[in-house]
Amino acid sequence: MEKENRVIPRILVISEVKKNHILPVTFELAGKAAELARKIEGAVDVLLFYDRLDEPVDSLFQAGADRALLVEDSRLGLFNQEIAVKIGLEVLRRYPAQIVLAAATTSGRTFLPAMAAILHTGLTADCTGLDIEPETGLLLQTRPAIGGNVMATIKTPTHRPQMATVRPRTFPKPVPVQRKGAVEQLELPESCFSSKIVPLSHERISDDYTNIQDLDVVVTGGKGLKKPENFALLEKLAKLLGGGVGATRPTVEAKWIDYPHQVGLSGKVVSPKFYLAAGVSGAVQHLAGMQTAEFIVAINKDPEAGIFKIADIGLCGDLFEILPELIAALEKERGEGR
Amino acid sequence: MRIAVLMKQVPDTDDVKLDEEKGTMIREGIGAVINPLDLHAIEAGRQFVEQDGGTLSVFSMGPPQTEESLREAIAMGAHTATLLTDRKFGGADTWATARTLCEILKLEGPFDLILAGEKATDGETGQVGPEVAAMLGIPFSTYVSAIEKKSDGVIVTRTVEDGYETQFLPFPCLLTVLNNLNQPGMPTLAGKKRGHSATLKIVKAADLSIPEDELGLIGSPTRVSKVFYPKIQRKCEVYTLSDIRTGIERIVRELKNRALL
Repeated sequence: MEKENRVIPRILVISEVKKNHILPVTFELAGKAAELARKIEGAVDVLLFYDRLDEPVDSLFQAGADRALLVEDSRLGLFNQEIAVKIGLEVLRRYPAQIVLAAATTSGRTFLPAMAAILHTGLTADCTGLDIEPETGLLLQTRPAIGGNVMATIKTPTHRPQMATVRPRTFPKPVPVQRKGAVEQLELPESCFSSKIVPLSHERISDDYTNIQDLDVVVTGGKGLKKPENFALLEKLAKLLGGGVGATRPTVEAKWIDYPHQVGLSGKVVSPKFYLAAGVSGAVQHLAGMQTAEFIVAINKDPEAGIFKIADIGLCGDLFEILPELIAALEKERGEGR
Repeated sequence: MRIAVLMKQVPDTDDVKLDEEKGTMIREGIGAVINPLDLHAIEAGRQFVEQDGGTLSVFSMGPPQTEESLREAIAMGAHTATLLTDRKFGGADTWATARTLCEILKLEGPFDLILAGEKATDGETGQVGPEVAAMLGIPFSTYVSAIEKKSDGVIVTRTVEDGYETQFLPFPCLLTVLNNLNQPGMPTLAGKKRGHSATLKIVKAADLSIPEDELGLIGSPTRVSKVFYPKIQRKCEVYTLSDIRTGIERIVRELKNRALL
């Protein structure tokens, strides 16, 4: 009898819609949440708020969600952290959750801390591992500190919900499973949409720009490129591999390339399948932003460069000779593959 | 215009060397500095005060040696510096840190504008700023790379994954800033003297009306249950001169194996 009255513990994934599509990290989070839910015999809700969505939400269920909570409003076109916080809190009030997860994006890392402050609960940033402690049912949140040189496992023993942000691409995209879920279109009070903040614009760098944190391949240039124009070599290489271009802090500070490309402690932390660093010496502040990549190639003329110490393959020589040769080899491969 | 900057003292990561065997950071003998992004917050505050008058106050919670960084902030142009230091503040997570900072800001405030670095290089959470704003109940923005001051508020540019967002926030508000916001200047000799001779305000737990169970480790909703040092072991195969071609072939093979080509 008691078992029947048991309240099903819920995990709420708060995610994002970008360019009218569900952000890929949503599926990664839904898949991980489903895995956690099995361990606590719980269920997974995914909350999305947007002004327009051009894809069906069935894919959320196939990734592991049990229910989609949708908030659609014309005022949600531009990101407004104050409104995001209000929506998140209102949804949690209606659908209490034991665990709340959001992507560690510039949005998630903005609204989730404010929610945690108001809810008086713990929040762990940038988790790279999530699990359930068998004895207690508590969420175990593992995160890197000092750029991955130290890992800490963190718990929120008594406060609820247990909250965490997770970097995109931390968890694999789940293999879709045929299953259905419930869709709820939420009507929220007007107060949820009022804000002192006035969003004015969102200017995309270019239409095909993708966040380098979302890519399997990142090729990065440092001051060894000598001139801003030489980033073109890396762009060519990145394009061949379907990847993106990264940059070191000195190149960004010299205004050779925009800040969103910066990899390192003061920029983005990336963990692609393949990382190539050309003309990068390997300052700790840079290494901390990429050393968890699966495979690392370094090209540098200085055999003592620190970057070689954390690389799988090092090409010691002139990058202006090596990069064109590498590009030619890749082009040849692609040509033969066709 | 009253401006507050929240700053943190962190280990100097530019100094940091890796222990090659263990793959961990060698922390002994590493200097402590103002968190790099906080320097940009201080510089932004200094510029606003220089243009329009007002006061710039810096706040930091940390061990007694944080005093040195606060003096440096005064050298850079801050008018007053407050050090929150007490064993009872120790072990605070982001919630408890924000709770304490929120209290001192109420006590010393109100401030029109509160600035902080987007994140600190040691903890890297970026949470304290938004948490403080939420506790104070004021609007806030993050990842700010440009600030245009208006009479009643600020227009900020946020650097986000795919580009730039602009937002208007009325005063009072809190902003966490990125390093491309400005170029912090070096302290002048006069500034250094000011920093050296300034009287810092020292705040203890007893000076704040915060219940004990909301302070420091006791007041922290999160607990660190385990700390470990991941070993990143890579055997770098180095190719040079005539071997470069072999190296490139290895790379091509690796890309194929990983289905990336």
